[in-house]
Amino acid sequence: MSASVDLAIIGAGPAGMAAAITARRHGLVVAVIDEQPAPGGQIFRAVTDPAPLPASVLGPDYHAGRTLAERFLACGADYRPGSLVWQEEKGTLDLTGPDGQQSLTAKRIIVAGGAMERPFPIPGWTLPGVMTAGAAQILLKTAASAAPGAVFAGSGPLIYLIVAQYARAGVPVAALLDTTPRGARLKALRHLPGALMAPSYLRKGFSLLAEIRRAGIRVISHVEALRLEGESAVRSVRWQAGAARGEIATGTVFLHQGVIPNVNLAMALGCRHVFDESQRCWRPERDRWGRSSRNDILIAGDAGGILGASCAELTGEIAALATCADLGCLSQDAAERAAAPVFHKLRHESAIRPFLEALYRPAPQFLAPSDDDTLVCRCEEVTRGAVAAAVAEQCPGPNQLKAFTRAGMGPCQGRMCGHSLGETMAALTGRSPAELGYLRIRMPVKPVTLGDMAGPTEEERNAA
Amino acid sequence: MFKQLAQPDRPLVGIVLSGRAVSAPEGEMLAAVLLREGFGPFRTTPVGGRERAAYCMMGVCFDCLVTIDGRPNRQACQERVRAGISVEAQQGAALLPVGGSKA
Repeated sequence: MSASVDLAIIGAGPAGMAAAITARRHGLVVAVIDEQPAPGGQIFRAVTDPAPLPASVLGPDYHAGRTLAERFLACGADYRPGSLVWQEEKGTLDLTGPDGQQSLTAKRIIVAGGAMERPFPIPGWTLPGVMTAGAAQILLKTAASAAPGAVFAGSGPLIYLIVAQYARAGVPVAALLDTTPRGARLKALRHLPGALMAPSYLRKGFSLLAEIRRAGIRVISHVEALRLEGESAVRSVRWQAGAARGEIATGTVFLHQGVIPNVNLAMALGCRHVFDESQRCWRPERDRWGRSSRNDILIAGDAGGILGASCAELTGEIAALATCADLGCLSQDAAERAAAPVFHKLRHESAIRPFLEALYRPAPQFLAPSDDDTLVCRCEEVTRGAVAAAVAEQCPGPNQLKAFTRAGMGPCQGRMCGHSLGETMAALTGRSPAELGYLRIRMPVKPVTLGDMAGPTEEERNAA
Repeated sequence: MFKQLAQPDRPLVGIVLSGRAVSAPEGEMLAAVLLREGFGPFRTTPVGGRERAAYCMMGVCFDCLVTIDGRPNRQACQERVRAGISVEAQQGAALLPVGGSKA
């Protein structure tokens, strides 16, 4: 089955939903493709059918996403949940979904695939029972499920939010091991004037920390080393902070050190990427409207650089207005006029980012392991030692590591190791991840079977 | 070990986990049920035979691969509970069934 639209949006989080609503308002024919069964992305996951928890547990910021999701569902876009894009060629997307194999041709594509959590390669991070803080939140949002007695380890707004949510739900937390480096506050301080432009973020941050303290949760600050112990599952966490050290027995550990753009789709589409030193990650090059280096592809939301959910909604709207102008259904002037208040709001809402980026910049020892046995590539089980051996044999960058070690060639297609390979090689060579480059990401951008690629058989076509 | 804080408003259906019959909310994310039921490792790795289980819960890491009704390499975090499904942990590299038995 094949169809043709003006605009295909990939991802139904805040950016994708806002882009669809805006593009539909100006009369574009829009399709929205999303892997999840319901709109919202990860931030508003299951917001139209939330877990049966008191509204206070997940909080008003989460439940506010419902209004956007409902407007999106009513906007008249051809919404395709449970579907994934695995290939694109000259504006034609191949997808698999509930109705099998389909293709879709679009004049413009907005990539709104969102973010993922930054990998956290420490000893034992592949043991069953070790998950991400985002995973803890998804389990709470979609299945009202939580792990009593878990240890949370890491840094960044999301980890404080989920710990506070556990506390509100009455789920005991064994400890929060905070890896925010000593001195980070001082470095962040010079960005405080910007942060004060939108003081509600600061207020929310302080109130989360106060909530965690009030709940009596054990917080260990400035943790400098972590090791997860266990054979076939995690059994305990060893930590060290300055001269203090300890071991906490637990069957569940949630790790987090910020989020980074999920770059695979935009990279496979051939959009040029740059290394963002402030966010310490790769992100696509974009103009202020979200246009990528490919003139038929725009990138909105955290897929284009981490700004958070409320900015994602705004960049989605801006990318849709640019698309309308590019396709001639809005004049450039009209698009500028419509976008002006959105740009204004975006400046205001994003003013906190330099402060957060400085405060929660991951410590170098958690970006690249120093222990030779620690896995960097989870799929192909490539250790730091194997990367070091390849570097000693003059392997020049992460992409060439594939040939040396198979790193990045497993089922996750480099999503979980791409950044850590660059960081590990950077730590070994003294060069920057920007110089070393990234994995070259190719289609198919998700693993599909040969059957999916071949499409329906004659028999299946006749039956349909 | 995970526990459910409140019963979701979904009908319970019977599914089979490694030969054990359990009931689970229809349409819920399969990985959540496996975590609550103490399913243990979801798979062992093809390279080193090491145990793995769900890590990211959002389709990125591919560590939650299980076999559902004989079909391997299914991401438990992307699959939903359907009445009667049978789930097995995946051991090492998976062999795809031959003969077009599409789930």
